[in-house]
Amino acid sequence: MSIRWQLSLSVLVLALTGCATPPPPPTAAPSADELDAMGSRPAPGIEATRERSPLDDPASPLYRKVVYFEYDAARIQPQYAGLLRAHADYIYNTPGAEVTLEGHSDERGTREYNLALGDRRSDAVKRFLMAEGVPEERIRTLSYGEERPADPGRTERAWSENRRVELVY
Amino acid sequence: MQRLSLVVAGTFLCLLMLAAIGQAHAKLTIEVTGGAEGAQPIAIVPFGDVDGARPGVDVANVISADLTRSGRFRAMARREMLATPSRQEDVDFREWQLLGMNNLLIGEIRPAEGGGYDLSWRLFDVFSGDQLAARSLRSTERGLRHAAHRIADQVYETLTGERGVFATRLAYVTSRDRSVDSRVILRVSDSDGYNPQTIVDSAEPILSPAWSPDGKRLAYVSFENRQPSIYIQELATGRRQRVASYEGINGSPAFSPDGRRLAMTLSKDGSPDIYLMDLASGNLTQLTDHYAIDTEPAWSPDGRHLVFTSDRGGRPQIYRVAASGGPAERVTYEGEYNAAASYSPDGQYLVMVTRVGGRFRIALTDAQGGSRRLLSNGALDESPSFAPNGSMVIYASENNGRGVLSVTPIAGGAGQRLSQEVGEVREPAWSPFPR
Repeated sequence: MSIRWQLSLSVLVLALTGCATPPPPPTAAPSADELDAMGSRPAPGIEATRERSPLDDPASPLYRKVVYFEYDAARIQPQYAGLLRAHADYIYNTPGAEVTLEGHSDERGTREYNLALGDRRSDAVKRFLMAEGVPEERIRTLSYGEERPADPGRTERAWSENRRVELVY
Repeated sequence: MQRLSLVVAGTFLCLLMLAAIGQAHAKLTIEVTGGAEGAQPIAIVPFGDVDGARPGVDVANVISADLTRSGRFRAMARREMLATPSRQEDVDFREWQLLGMNNLLIGEIRPAEGGGYDLSWRLFDVFSGDQLAARSLRSTERGLRHAAHRIADQVYETLTGERGVFATRLAYVTSRDRSVDSRVILRVSDSDGYNPQTIVDSAEPILSPAWSPDGKRLAYVSFENRQPSIYIQELATGRRQRVASYEGINGSPAFSPDGRRLAMTLSKDGSPDIYLMDLASGNLTQLTDHYAIDTEPAWSPDGRHLVFTSDRGGRPQIYRVAASGGPAERVTYEGEYNAAASYSPDGQYLVMVTRVGGRFRIALTDAQGGSRRLLSNGALDESPSFAPNGSMVIYASENNGRGVLSVTPIAGGAGQRLSQEVGEVREPAWSPFPR
């Protein structure tokens, strides 16, 4: 099945499930440490304002900035639609907000194929955000392939944490 | 003043020692794995130092280590030798017959006019007493190890009929561990792990080193620019050029056999596709155009075709396309995951990564993708690369959770494991023959 087809299918699934439903928790949630580390990244363009950015507020849906993928797949899983839609709204409504989508894979398989897979994953998220109205020039994609694992372990759990796209503001 | 210079000298000495320690850790250590049944016994006698020659390298020792490492020979220990002749008239063949040797290598080193050394050697059949080969060569002091590897190559070729690869080099990537903050270093060393040379040292990932056909340049992918970009670096001078840094990925560089073009993977137009860059002009030609992943191009030795990995059929498989363009045809059908294929130097075989029962192993097929044979049995084996004589494949694997390099002969027999005393080694690429 092509990526494009998978994406449109997932968009369709999302449309059917409805926007009002809160997103279910991800199957492989990042650890608290990881979340803290991600949340501590300053968001350019937001720094000037004194109030706390929703990106750093654990109560905000924007606090979560990682979506996870199935093995050897770049299809966005339905449970991340709410999360991505919240980010799309944020970027769309926040002047100067830009995001880099960092695509990653687990270590299984060849490095260059995984680099391409990370690229497909970040591209899938980019297309999702664009379908939600985010202008292309506010989005940058970057694939690290298997070179930057979130968890360097060699377990199914570690691998599922590594198959991801991180939204970096 | 004197004290200051002492301090300066002391500091300098410390730095030198640190550098030496760093080098010692950086050197690859090679162990022979598996049995070496049928290894031929050979005596390599210490070369005679003539006319006051005092070479800094034990040439016979380097040759012995090379031949033993191949698994095809068993070099006699020096302490078991009853005599150490360096001239033909001093050789008593009956003595070597009694010691169970098949072959005998003797040689001499003398100072060359204008510096360096002249080396001469003779190889004998111990039973007939026939001289099988004799040569001489000149070397600088620094080039002595290389000279020894060349002699080992000639001995190996004389006795096996196959060209030796001891005087070739290896490119590989190392890091302290797999953590994100570990520095990544691209190195080139001699085929026996000596003379490790740092090509790039970076805080960001480096992958996919690829040799130019003349062995003088390396192309590689580096993230130092906060994006995977392709660089070409001249080894002798360190001079380098960033040749591809388009939006998206810039990966999988592969020099054409004539060295004029570089195949690569770019995703600048959406999905990862194969492109050919003319290196003189920088002009790009798009070779594949598919919404699936197309990557890992590798040239056929005649330069007429490329194989590449594509998941256009749903799962990664190997495809072939003419270098002049046109439709791609699928090559592999066996197995659900085949990737990173490359041709043997004679174009008869492909070596690739294949998944079997959840394990990633190295497989050999014929050029049409048939007659698959597994060459490795690890769980995460990858990055296979043929030796330039086509007799062996080097690949990255795991040993006790650590990244090491493994060498396996196509015909079976003893293999080699190359590891660093500290840290991970991966992404091996075997150089072409020296010119």
